[in-house]
Amino acid sequence: MQYAAPALVGAIVLVVWHVLVTVYDVPSYLVPSPLLVGRTLLQDWGLLFASLLVTLRITLLALLLAVVLGVVIAFIFVQSRVIETSLFPYAVLLQVTPIVAIAPLIIIWVKEPTPALVICAAIVALFPVISNTSIGLRSVDPNLLDLFHLNRASRLQVLIRLRIPSALPYFFAGLRVSGGLALIGAVVAEFVAGTGGTASGLAYQILQAGLQLNIPRLFAALFLITAAGVAIFAVISLAARLALRGWHESELLAER
Amino acid sequence: MSTRTRANSQAVVVAAQAVEKIYAGGVQALRSITLEVQNGEFVSLLGPSGCGKSTLLRMIAGLLAPTSGSVRVWPTDDIRGTDRRLAFVFQQPTLMPWTSVHRNVRLPLDLTRVGRNQADAQVHSALELVGLSEFGSVYPRQLSGGMQMRASIARALVTQPRLLLMDEPFGALDEISRGRLDSELRELWHRRELTVVFVTHSIYEAVFLSTRVAVMSGRPGRILEELHIDEPHPRTDEFRMSERYAAWCRRLSTLLALGTGAESPLGARHAP
Repeated sequence: MQYAAPALVGAIVLVVWHVLVTVYDVPSYLVPSPLLVGRTLLQDWGLLFASLLVTLRITLLALLLAVVLGVVIAFIFVQSRVIETSLFPYAVLLQVTPIVAIAPLIIIWVKEPTPALVICAAIVALFPVISNTSIGLRSVDPNLLDLFHLNRASRLQVLIRLRIPSALPYFFAGLRVSGGLALIGAVVAEFVAGTGGTASGLAYQILQAGLQLNIPRLFAALFLITAAGVAIFAVISLAARLALRGWHESELLAER
Repeated sequence: MSTRTRANSQAVVVAAQAVEKIYAGGVQALRSITLEVQNGEFVSLLGPSGCGKSTLLRMIAGLLAPTSGSVRVWPTDDIRGTDRRLAFVFQQPTLMPWTSVHRNVRLPLDLTRVGRNQADAQVHSALELVGLSEFGSVYPRQLSGGMQMRASIARALVTQPRLLLMDEPFGALDEISRGRLDSELRELWHRRELTVVFVTHSIYEAVFLSTRVAVMSGRPGRILEELHIDEPHPRTDEFRMSERYAAWCRRLSTLLALGTGAESPLGARHAP
């Protein structure tokens, strides 16, 4: 049911799409039929797959950077309220600044294209990790905290045995959002970098295909980006399930 | 066997002197509380919601400081080291949901760095004591509310404390589980020669469990009266049905009503 229902919806959409395009005889340079997109995907597989790897690499590096930085910043935030109130507005500032606006600057400042794109994508993916992890680290059962204090637990013991496990569900909720954002950030940064970047990801393929009016290839590249996004989400969900299995409400419901 | 002769050494375990507690914002929770608990007693703090009985218990545990006055545990120096251990049982089971019952019970030993083998042995005997031997490997949420509370009690007992502080531990349970756990707690207190300070708003529970009941008034809480429940151990279900039990309940009920200015909480429909 969990997989069948969305698959059925997808199949219906594809069939309707195909029928409409065929019946109204829409030219393929406007809307290609799903079959044509599939054929293009196979034909251009070598080219597109290489680009997919480039984009995926930037996405995963950015996500890794965002997780490491985000968790470290969250740990710093929960050390004291003063630190958090002084710095949190700047984390928000980072979140609300459109990446398209600052990407050109970063690309100019950082000479190497790959690190520049990774930094852009990481900025987009950073905030949910910071925000969720710091809320999680604070969301500790006050009675459990008292119990730890009654047993003279050190700060480190409280962190490792209480705060980190309590924060895990929140962290994974943030990670799920960040995974998608890292991909979006990578694609947007590639767009901004345009053909200037030597590494040519999927966004570059979309730009090129658009210029050449190669709409089927544009759709094929778009399909790969979407598929990559879904795959990232699935992997993170699986990791969350493995970590929270058996105890957290969010995963118990799925098991029933 | 009388319960009061069981308190073989008359050492003072808890000494609260002229305790006042005023919370930030000016709410006065407690007013001039003076209370002594002797070794081996089972003392219940009985009072209406918000009367500060939990506040007093948390002060005894050292989780809160009084605004004025003093609360001391084992105020004399002749009791040292492991004989000064106390444990706290919360209103909720307060178990860590991410780990097994066994590891939850082992937590106090892990925090104080007791060796693994010794700790595991102590956990096994604590779980056996509360009838959860079979359930060490399951997660807390797989247990019923009553069993979670037993796990919580096992965690309190695992350090072999001399003083057990309990904050309405069975308040969230159904009557049947509550009655059974009350009986078992009374038995544990007797067998392990514990000193217990027990917070409750149930008159029946207080009468059944306690050697002494401190009746508290509504906010700001003060101790209206202390009543020695001079009934022998063991206290059985028969005692729960007896006329003497009913008489104790009536006396406490009257005292409570005087202190809160309300009607007697023991109406006809609440007969035990």
